[in-house]
Amino acid sequence: MGTVRFGDVYLGGSSATVGKKEMAGPLREWFDLHEEDEYFGMPTFEQAESEMVRRNLAHLFEKMNLKDEDVGVLLGGDLLNQCTGTSFGIKSHSIPFLGLYGACSTIAEGLLVGSMLVQGGFVPSAVAMASSHYCTAERQYRFPPEYGNQRPPTAQYTVTGAGAFYLTRVPSPIRIAEGIIGRIVDGGITDANNMGAAMAPAAADTILRYFGESGRRPEEFDAIVTGDLGREGLELVQELVHQGGLEIAPRHMDGGLLIFDLKKQDMHCGGSGCGCLSTVLGGYLVKRMRAGELKRILAVGTGALLNASTPLQKLSIPGIAHAVCLEAV
Amino acid sequence: MAKNGYQAYADARAKRSPWIKNGAKAFLVGGIICCLGQGLGNLYGWAGLPEKEAGTWVSVTLIFLAGLLTGIGIFDKIAKFAGAGTLVPITGFANAVASPAIDAKSEGYVLGVAAKMFTIAGPVIVFGTASSVVYGVIYWVCSVL
Repeated sequence: MGTVRFGDVYLGGSSATVGKKEMAGPLREWFDLHEEDEYFGMPTFEQAESEMVRRNLAHLFEKMNLKDEDVGVLLGGDLLNQCTGTSFGIKSHSIPFLGLYGACSTIAEGLLVGSMLVQGGFVPSAVAMASSHYCTAERQYRFPPEYGNQRPPTAQYTVTGAGAFYLTRVPSPIRIAEGIIGRIVDGGITDANNMGAAMAPAAADTILRYFGESGRRPEEFDAIVTGDLGREGLELVQELVHQGGLEIAPRHMDGGLLIFDLKKQDMHCGGSGCGCLSTVLGGYLVKRMRAGELKRILAVGTGALLNASTPLQKLSIPGIAHAVCLEAV
Repeated sequence: MAKNGYQAYADARAKRSPWIKNGAKAFLVGGIICCLGQGLGNLYGWAGLPEKEAGTWVSVTLIFLAGLLTGIGIFDKIAKFAGAGTLVPITGFANAVASPAIDAKSEGYVLGVAAKMFTIAGPVIVFGTASSVVYGVIYWVCSVL
């Protein structure tokens, strides 16, 4: 299956909400909302993530002057069991909802499916969203937040953030031009502390397929942005793409490296999580596109398909990557 | 690149933990904790407790301090620096019990706190007990001979 071309899908607007650490990072001025309290004023971390999702969507609605009936479908997901971060956060709305799971690639999956539904004429508009919270991710996948341990240098830090994107047929300065659905690629990595290496083969596969099938060249892009490969995965994907005969290094960035100052914030290999690409894209990149600084970008959401049990069962970590091409009109 | 080739390549290039630096930091902090323990022992001895009882009170005090620092969110920051320096002494065990207990409070006291407080320290208790049985058997055999 090849590249999907959209003709009339526009990005009406986006909103990005982050936590304290992300707000202390290099992209601080690009986010819409932030919260210093990791509980977002709620009693539990899970409720905090849902509250973040709720506030972020409310902000998008406010910015775009939207009401529930203006949105044909809401597509969203997160990293929590059964995707409750999203569903609990939007339950006060009455909008048709499809829950998605693509691990950290979820926002790219949402933009793809949403654009298809809008382009196909099934809905007049859609909202795609994804979120993650450091503390809920730690609780689910690793240790309680207060447990004292040292992370290995290849570890990444889950971004506390939520991003939402409004897709519509009404023309606006940014178009969702193309997309490609990723395939699962298992590079055989078993170390859950080296997710960048686990996701890199899938990202390389999607990038090579996209350029192979679309007829485009990397030089036509101002930025090729992978979601959350981190420092380790960034170098690996560039090598793998190079072996496939393409050079992306000069214009390749990674959300996990953009969102934190690795040295100052002691973030090891960088940020990760559904909230990483969704806030970097919805906050930073989209606004730079609106400002005319970026004309065409390829956003490659990257996900590591594991749960808390699979690494203990010595299973390797398959990766997936979906890509979306955004163009300034 | 073949699957196994990639795995081997990615594993080989992955940066390793700086074990000499980590070892030095663990040595330093672990040593400080042991000195603190010795100081407390001396203090309790000076206050009139017999040596064995003073030792127990040293453990109690260190467990209390580790629990307190876990509760106010400082222990994990010290442990991030110290690594095995805080993990190996009794402080690591206290943190391993206190942190999931605090964390699981949102799921209630029975199925949350009580059920989950040993998720990290459980293996230590199981293998500690099991090895003490083995040690006891060896000790008994030796004493019979």
